[in-house]
Amino acid sequence: MNEASLNQASPKTVCIQGGTVIDPGHVNGRADVLIQDGKIVEVGYPLKSAVAQDDSVIVLDASGWIVAPGLVDLHCHLREPGFEYKETIQTGSASAVAGGFTSICAMPNTQPVNDNAAITQFMLTKGQEAGKARIYPIGAITKNSDGEELANIGELVAAGCVAISDDGRPVMNSLVMRRALEYAKAFGVPVVDHCEDLHLTDGGCMNEGAVSTELGMPGIPDASEEVMVARNLALADLTGVCVHLAHLSTARSVELVRHAKAQGLPVSAEVCPHHFSITEEAVRGYQANAKMNPPLRTDEDMKALRQGLVDGTIDVIATDHAPHALQEKQLEFDTAPFGIVGFETALPLTLQLVHDGTLSMEQALDKLTRAPAQLFHLPVGSLTPGSLADVVIFDAQEEWVVDPEQFQSKSRNTPFGGMVVKGKVKMTLVDGRLVYDAR
Amino acid sequence: MALSRKDLLAIHDLSVEEIELILTTAESLKEVSGRDIKKVPALRGKTIVNLFFEPSTRTRTSFELAAKRLSADVINFSPSTSSIVKGETLIDTARNIESMKADIIVLRHSSPGAAEHLARFVQSSVINAGDGWHEHPTQALLDLYTIKEKKEKIEGLTIVIVGDVAHSRVARSNIAILNKLGAQVRVVAPPTMLPSCVERLGVSVFYRFEDALIGADVIMMLRLQRERLGQALLPSLREYATLFCLTAARLKLAKPEAIVMHPGPLNRGIEISPEVADSSAAVILDQVTNGVSVRMALMYLLSGSA
Amino acid sequence: MNSTQSERVLMDAQEMSRTLSRISHEIIERNKGSQDVALIGIRTGGVYLAQRLAVRIQQIEQRDIHFGELDITLYRDDLSIRKDQPEIRKTTIPFNISDLTIVLVDDVLFTGRTIRAALDGLMDFGRPAEIQLAVLVDRGHRQLPIRANYVGKNIPTAREEDVQVFFEELGQVDRVSILTGHTE
Repeated sequence: MNEASLNQASPKTVCIQGGTVIDPGHVNGRADVLIQDGKIVEVGYPLKSAVAQDDSVIVLDASGWIVAPGLVDLHCHLREPGFEYKETIQTGSASAVAGGFTSICAMPNTQPVNDNAAITQFMLTKGQEAGKARIYPIGAITKNSDGEELANIGELVAAGCVAISDDGRPVMNSLVMRRALEYAKAFGVPVVDHCEDLHLTDGGCMNEGAVSTELGMPGIPDASEEVMVARNLALADLTGVCVHLAHLSTARSVELVRHAKAQGLPVSAEVCPHHFSITEEAVRGYQANAKMNPPLRTDEDMKALRQGLVDGTIDVIATDHAPHALQEKQLEFDTAPFGIVGFETALPLTLQLVHDGTLSMEQALDKLTRAPAQLFHLPVGSLTPGSLADVVIFDAQEEWVVDPEQFQSKSRNTPFGGMVVKGKVKMTLVDGRLVYDAR
Repeated sequence: MALSRKDLLAIHDLSVEEIELILTTAESLKEVSGRDIKKVPALRGKTIVNLFFEPSTRTRTSFELAAKRLSADVINFSPSTSSIVKGETLIDTARNIESMKADIIVLRHSSPGAAEHLARFVQSSVINAGDGWHEHPTQALLDLYTIKEKKEKIEGLTIVIVGDVAHSRVARSNIAILNKLGAQVRVVAPPTMLPSCVERLGVSVFYRFEDALIGADVIMMLRLQRERLGQALLPSLREYATLFCLTAARLKLAKPEAIVMHPGPLNRGIEISPEVADSSAAVILDQVTNGVSVRMALMYLLSGSA
Repeated sequence: MNSTQSERVLMDAQEMSRTLSRISHEIIERNKGSQDVALIGIRTGGVYLAQRLAVRIQQIEQRDIHFGELDITLYRDDLSIRKDQPEIRKTTIPFNISDLTIVLVDDVLFTGRTIRAALDGLMDFGRPAEIQLAVLVDRGHRQLPIRANYVGKNIPTAREEDVQVFFEELGQVDRVSILTGHTE
């Protein structure tokens, strides 16, 4: 059968042959994957299903490559509605699948804010039209993310939101945060907090420390994150509701979470590839592409984040994909916006932890597939029979140079341009359809 | 030797040899300002643009005089008279100016790194006339020139920088230049006005003014920005003045021949008492005079055709 | 100095000394004494020569003579076309030049461009009664209509030859030479 038909809406049977399947917790070894009608039918070697022998089966050769569940990102910014000049759901989901992500959770900091069912539905519809990655909207905690009145969380969940968060506008009022946790309990959705005390940040735009002092740049102290991590842990304890801590960046944050988990507190935590790959040194020369929030920290923090991944303190790796237009990142460092394009470099940066022996391949993929899917109760992240046929196929050994001009994202903001990375996505399938092909 | 660089962005980037070349050139040029006809034709036909996004009459005037004494044409460009208010970016503004064939752009901007950022986008030479809290290299050069004039050598001197180091580009540039030349630099301020890891800049840290003054050869006062008052950095001007005003009594704690510097404008009675400001120890007006020579030197050295 | 370079001495120390004595007398003779005369040396070589002339004239005349040093760098005509800017040295003219007779002193008169710059420079300090020019060597190849009033020695040279004056003040043996070949 012709491969071209694989892109059609209702594919029949696909067999991914010759690869090493890593389905965290289930399979780790040489296996073929049989997909029928958008679902996983069988994973094994040799395949037992008779249909696998059928002439009509589309065969995808994955020899030498790794076959894993499509990656799941709990934290991205798709910018639509409101900031379509930075990214649209179309370009954002194209960027996602180019990075191997098949399910992405979109933060509500759109314009208008995703604090009502109409915006949620709009995002879902746009996602379906794009036909690439699955879009899972995250609703706002408070109306317009102003941190004052609770948003209609019930309505948001009913419309399809999988979690709630005020994203980069953290809920500063602890009482409002307490109420949000309590209220969310009824709907079983995780509450995600970007841990930052805005008073302590005080206009800072990079890590506070020796480098910020040398550059004369207002700094963001570690404590700005840590006091809110501590607050959220106390509130998780008070309410019994799980708080998901977004993109932790400091050593003490990891330590606080480790301690809380040891005490059995309901808490989960994520970390971004840039925070465990580079440090504040990348800001030198006032590189606006190295400006993100939380900021790039120190070598010591980077090591602690890696250790957190190793010992399970950090549950998931999330991209914090935050595209911005060229003209915005061309501004002076302190006026340029925070954030980087995350989807298209997340996998190789994570694989670097495998190549340097920090994590096993299965551990690394677990943080990008099964673990995030479980945290947000998403029906994805596995290749067990009956699962949705969302698959990423990558060459873990191929070296390539990051070229922002080649990004599928509408934006180009990355501090990794020109860097040689190892590990390249070859194919991405959603519902058994080949949505990205770089063979 | 020649100054083989396109821009002057930060003291941090300069070698000791480059600093010495700038000072030697300034020394040779100082004579021009003492003539009846204070003008030489060296930069005839060159265009220098003062692009000032922050108001600063004295620095701008100093650059303007320096350029005019070298016969360059000077244009003053400031946000109120430009299209910045219309949302034009710094880079577009600067490229416009460059298209009018500016040879040197002198930039004052509130963003740290603005000069470095600009220099990446334009062919013109860029002189940093102050970028946020980052650096004010010409101020450090003129301060160094003034200290050298009074003390002859820098190595081994004990220099105290007093006041809001955290928010001071003058402090950062001076710390960098004095360290390069082998001085012992002390900073003294309320801890709220010292930046994180300040000792990593190569200074010793004091909180009590009196302790810092003992044995000082040079006392550099920083201007207290009154807008800091609302930021929980200081309880009141009165308390600051009580603890950190350089009075005649405090000056006695320093070495007998110690000199007092201030980048201006002075807050008399806040960081410096009138008796000290007007005393023979104060070299504040020498700083202003030397500023013109140092800026002439820089403009001359950077004006080689690229 | 590299071995590929060769030096031909045109004037030795003795001859240099005699020449300067002669020029000193000529200056006094022409100006009917040294009153109202000032010597201004053009940096660097001209300054040493002017100093030596000053000493001689003072000995002969038994009176002090005005003495200044002029750096012409800021008046050069090639500043806007050079990549690296030449070093600026100090100009020291500690007297009012107006109404004086200025004797500009330089070591080698060649294209005339240095003298043009020096004349412009001098004019910025006032309005002298007269400017005269004294040079140790005139090697020809003028590009501007300039002529010296006092010449130590006329030396015909090729355009590409390098005429150098060596000074005791710089730790060298006094002499004037033509250097050929390349210095490494």
